[in-house]
Amino acid sequence: MMTKETKLPIKALQTKAVPLEAIPIDALPIEADPAWASVMSARKEHRPQARDYIDKLFHGVFEVRGDQCMGDDEAIVTAVAWFETYPVTVIGQQKGHTLEERMRCNFGMPSPEGYRKSMRALQQAEKFHRPVICLVDTPGAFCGVEAEAKGQGRVIAEHLRAMAMLKTPCISIIIGEGGSGGALALSLADRLIMLENSYFSVISPEGAASILFKDSSLASEAAKNLKLTAGDLKRFGIVDGIIHEPEGYSRFHMDESTEAVRKSIRNALKRLTTLPPDRLVEQRQQKYLNMRWQ
Amino acid sequence: MNLFSEQIEHSLPQTGEATGALEILRCARCGRDLVAEVVLAGDAACPYCGNLFRQPAYRRIEAIVDSGSFIEIERETETGDPLSFPGYRTKLEKERVKSKMQEGVVIGKATIKGQRTALAVMDSYFMMGSMGTVVGEKIVILAEFALHNRLPLVIFCASGGARMQEGVLSLMQMSRTTIALARHSAAGLLHLNVLTHPTTGGVTASFAMQGDITLAEPGALIGFAGPRVIEQTMRDKLPEGFQTAEYLYEHGFIDRIIERRDMRETLAAILALHNAGHTETAGQGARR
Repeated sequence: MMTKETKLPIKALQTKAVPLEAIPIDALPIEADPAWASVMSARKEHRPQARDYIDKLFHGVFEVRGDQCMGDDEAIVTAVAWFETYPVTVIGQQKGHTLEERMRCNFGMPSPEGYRKSMRALQQAEKFHRPVICLVDTPGAFCGVEAEAKGQGRVIAEHLRAMAMLKTPCISIIIGEGGSGGALALSLADRLIMLENSYFSVISPEGAASILFKDSSLASEAAKNLKLTAGDLKRFGIVDGIIHEPEGYSRFHMDESTEAVRKSIRNALKRLTTLPPDRLVEQRQQKYLNMRWQ
Repeated sequence: MNLFSEQIEHSLPQTGEATGALEILRCARCGRDLVAEVVLAGDAACPYCGNLFRQPAYRRIEAIVDSGSFIEIERETETGDPLSFPGYRTKLEKERVKSKMQEGVVIGKATIKGQRTALAVMDSYFMMGSMGTVVGEKIVILAEFALHNRLPLVIFCASGGARMQEGVLSLMQMSRTTIALARHSAAGLLHLNVLTHPTTGGVTASFAMQGDITLAEPGALIGFAGPRVIEQTMRDKLPEGFQTAEYLYEHGFIDRIIERRDMRETLAAILALHNAGHTETAGQGARR
């Protein structure tokens, strides 16, 4: 599907400061709600994905494949690579651009094999004191009979624990969709950064709409209520930083934002690599334990 | 036939329109109508066929701990509406009235046949035991309490998963409980889970699957995604018995399936194996 990239009208509305209420409801394009605009943008066909960032941000990339137990899941890419002067471990969720690639990647929905491969990468990162960079982009962990039989819940739980105890710096960047537990598994990190038009949610807006309104077509309404944008998460204190996206951001025009991503990884690494491993883990754990909203 | 999703519907206490009317439960296995008050006050099993109903948290605690030994902590923690989610406040109010619970989990300390333990019991009658900020916080507090007092931790899980109405804040409870329990575990303390009907979603993908020992009640639905979601993904009927405790036992995710009447004995025996030197009753091979 080669749809032309359409400019999101919300930016224009905001700059001209037209109150949304002043516009008749029918005239309002569906993307006008910022939450829904983020969701649509995060799902765009040509939005940069993990492999696009890996190509731009790292060099000397050596891909590590397979969980050495059941198979290789292409929804998760793991690699050892250079980030500037640091050897790092990269773990990314890949949805795929072409139909063929999408099918190989199971549309970015990882199976237990993927999370086990990722844990293998975490163990090696810890062994060689390599920082870990996670690129989060999934509609959710795969929901299928096979995935259940192989312990989808168990591997996500185990992956979370591995990240909670990881004795090496870990930076997680939500580059597109942050779909529930499948995304959360890769986001328990020392620094959590979101791209401006990514989202992070407990349930898909469609899922929430079908529970709330018994109608999945009201997803944009549900998205607003779920408070899932980068701005919302920054306000809740979950996200440490937001990276601005230029207009028409796509894998064909990603240089400007890649520089911003590169800069925030560099800054985070500079600080985190000076900490002794025990302090690092303690600091990461306290960050989460201190998150209270009651 | 998916026996277990029906059990959820049938075993919910029906709030009768006429006040004072007896609430009726229909057994999902033998189809008999039972009086809710009578069944749930006991061991919440069908007296005719033994089929298990979901057991309210306080009844379960009564049945398991030494009489009078349970001390609840954080009982009064109130749930807010951090997202101003439409309808959430009303929903919470209704659930409080219906279930006579403040939230979906009860935490505290107790002894089980003299074995000291920290204990969390989730209650699926309160918003299907879903995990929001308060449920997550209570598990974190209990894990820290158990760590501080060097106590083992027993958690009865029952949850539909992360609570939608608290959005991403519910999701963060998976990270928070994971961390608190990892710290407890790193101190060499036992974490034992009992998975009861239903244990799914974000709770399965965090603390329910992080125990040293995992027990389950017969017939309990246990999984990551709910059966309806999987059916929609697969566009097909699920195999019979899929995602039951027995299925997980066969697939190597559960150590043993325990009948409700044997729970107290089993827990006490496992605690004793891990609790040497920490018992209140002397003479059980006390050693430090």
